[in-house]
Amino acid sequence: MNSKEAVIRTERVTKIYDSGEVQVEALKGIDLIINPGELVAIMGASGSGKSTMLNILGCLDYPSAGDYFLDGIHVNDLDRDQLADIRNRKIGFVFQGFNLLARTTAFENVELPLLYSRRADSGDPVQLTRQALERVGLAERAHHYPNQLSGGQQQRVAIARALVNQPAIVLADEPTGNLDTRTSIEIMATFQELNRQGITIILVTHEHDIAAYCHRIIEFRDGKIIRDQALPHPHAAGQDLETGRWKTAAGQGAPS
Amino acid sequence: MKWKNLIKVAFKSIVKNKMRTLLTMLGIIIGVAAVIVMVAIGKGAEQRIQNQIASMGTNLIMVFPGSMQQRGVHMGPDQGVRLTLDDADKVKKNSTLLDAVSPVVRTGVQVIGGSGNWSTAVWGGSEEYLKIRDWKMSSGEFFSAADVRAQNKVCVIGQTIVKNLFANEDPIGQQLRLRNVPFKVIGVLKERGQSAFGQDQDDVIIAPYSTVYYRLSGEPHINQILARAASLDQMTQAQAEITTIMREAHKIQEGQDDDFTVRNQTDIASTAEETTKVLTILLASIASISLLVGGIGIMNIMLVSVTERTHEIGIRMAIGARSRDILVQFLIEAIVLSLSGGLIGVLIGFIATYIVHLATEWNTVIAPANVILSFGFAGAVGVFFGYYPARKASSLNPIEALRYE
Repeated sequence: MNSKEAVIRTERVTKIYDSGEVQVEALKGIDLIINPGELVAIMGASGSGKSTMLNILGCLDYPSAGDYFLDGIHVNDLDRDQLADIRNRKIGFVFQGFNLLARTTAFENVELPLLYSRRADSGDPVQLTRQALERVGLAERAHHYPNQLSGGQQQRVAIARALVNQPAIVLADEPTGNLDTRTSIEIMATFQELNRQGITIILVTHEHDIAAYCHRIIEFRDGKIIRDQALPHPHAAGQDLETGRWKTAAGQGAPS
Repeated sequence: MKWKNLIKVAFKSIVKNKMRTLLTMLGIIIGVAAVIVMVAIGKGAEQRIQNQIASMGTNLIMVFPGSMQQRGVHMGPDQGVRLTLDDADKVKKNSTLLDAVSPVVRTGVQVIGGSGNWSTAVWGGSEEYLKIRDWKMSSGEFFSAADVRAQNKVCVIGQTIVKNLFANEDPIGQQLRLRNVPFKVIGVLKERGQSAFGQDQDDVIIAPYSTVYYRLSGEPHINQILARAASLDQMTQAQAEITTIMREAHKIQEGQDDDFTVRNQTDIASTAEETTKVLTILLASIASISLLVGGIGIMNIMLVSVTERTHEIGIRMAIGARSRDILVQFLIEAIVLSLSGGLIGVLIGFIATYIVHLATEWNTVIAPANVILSFGFAGAVGVFFGYYPARKASSLNPIEALRYE
């Protein structure tokens, strides 16, 4: 793998949902390049195609046409099992609803991708799991169950799970959608910290003040990219938490 | 995914949901336990009957009057050909494969003696009668060849006679009046209980055949001839030999049917065994149905569980589980459920069998083969009924599964 190559490169990717009578074109020829180390926000209203794009980027779905290269791999050519392996090795998912397994400890949740790993050289699972939990600051909560953790803690367990296999990219689908403002900014602080350590992160959100913590904002509408803008000076989430500036930030965030 | 990990994942999932696990296993537990108890009862009955038949004397060969077509039916006084003392003598003299022969003369009598009277049958036999039937004495002695020759009025009685006539005294040396003929009791037989066919084997009086024949029966024929083959391996040859001797004695031409029947214990035993085998099969098949129902229970709960766990399956797929991983996980879950259900079922089956044994005093036999079979069947049920739900789980679309709430 060439480190200078884009992590994600799509060429004229389209997606058509065919329900028999009606054909819905969810994506209309998307060209997108995301380089290593980026922190990208994908925005758009519902129905804009951003979720479809995320499914394709996450190797959960195939494009109807066009090419998708993830970390240099031509995803179109892969079968279902190879796609599963790519998800396991290259992609870490973070979801809006956390999606942790119930009645399963934080440690076991984070360990799960390692159990499905087919790599022989993946290292000691216990060690890797512990490291991932440390990175999100939850080492001491390893043996708590999801229902014993706050929403923010659950989301950070999910982030640890996304990181444990050292993926090329972390895909977060509305990661702050179920969280209050302060916790949202804490999660963004975690993402910014991980990004500083070199992890490429793409997150889908419809909140502008969440997107404001990213380096680049891509906006979808009607299956097309209508805006692709770099933010030279994104907000620093850690700093906002210290200064309390988030309380007066635009749009939302009444102080508790 | 490595096998070790797959098993780990499956086990975690089972342990996580204890109630569901228990309910799923319940059907298999009951099924396996039922199979084990039922078969143990059936086998117990089988063994009991085999033992009883063996206790009738293993090498026993019986000669009855009458042709094959009328086997088992007692002939009226004017029908058919009789067996005579002469026939018994000829069998004894000419046979080479028999080590004991006795004519049997049976007659029903009213017995007076001891504390009252009793209606029973007197069996006249030779001094070898005891040996042929493989009976044992509890006290006193059996009559001798001299008693037979001299037509002595001596007899040996069974426990039922003792109970009814000599409840409070030692019967040895006492007198019994059989049809007004006084007999001296010289021995008492050991208790033998009921026969396989429900007869009281202790309600018996045995006397020298000569005495019964000449003094009591008053009929010019004997009821049967009993013989004992020298070796079990030569039963068939011994039977053939008796047949030849009897045909000669009765001057039966070649091509004509026998006017007597030669049977041995094996014939009777095989009939009885067949009956109890049918019983065992019947019990086992009833129990198997419950095992089958248990399997359907597993499928039912696994199917519900696939729906209930759709979201979980979606998560697993998103983080890299292949279809096969999901399939194998669900399959292992089903197999582990049914095997551990089977194991618990075996234990409960053992306990229940013991309780049945204590409560009813029935003979029960737990054959290792049946335990292994029902345990294996439980595992097979797990695979069979676990496959469809597992297949369903593994073919879910990850996006739809993730969206499912």
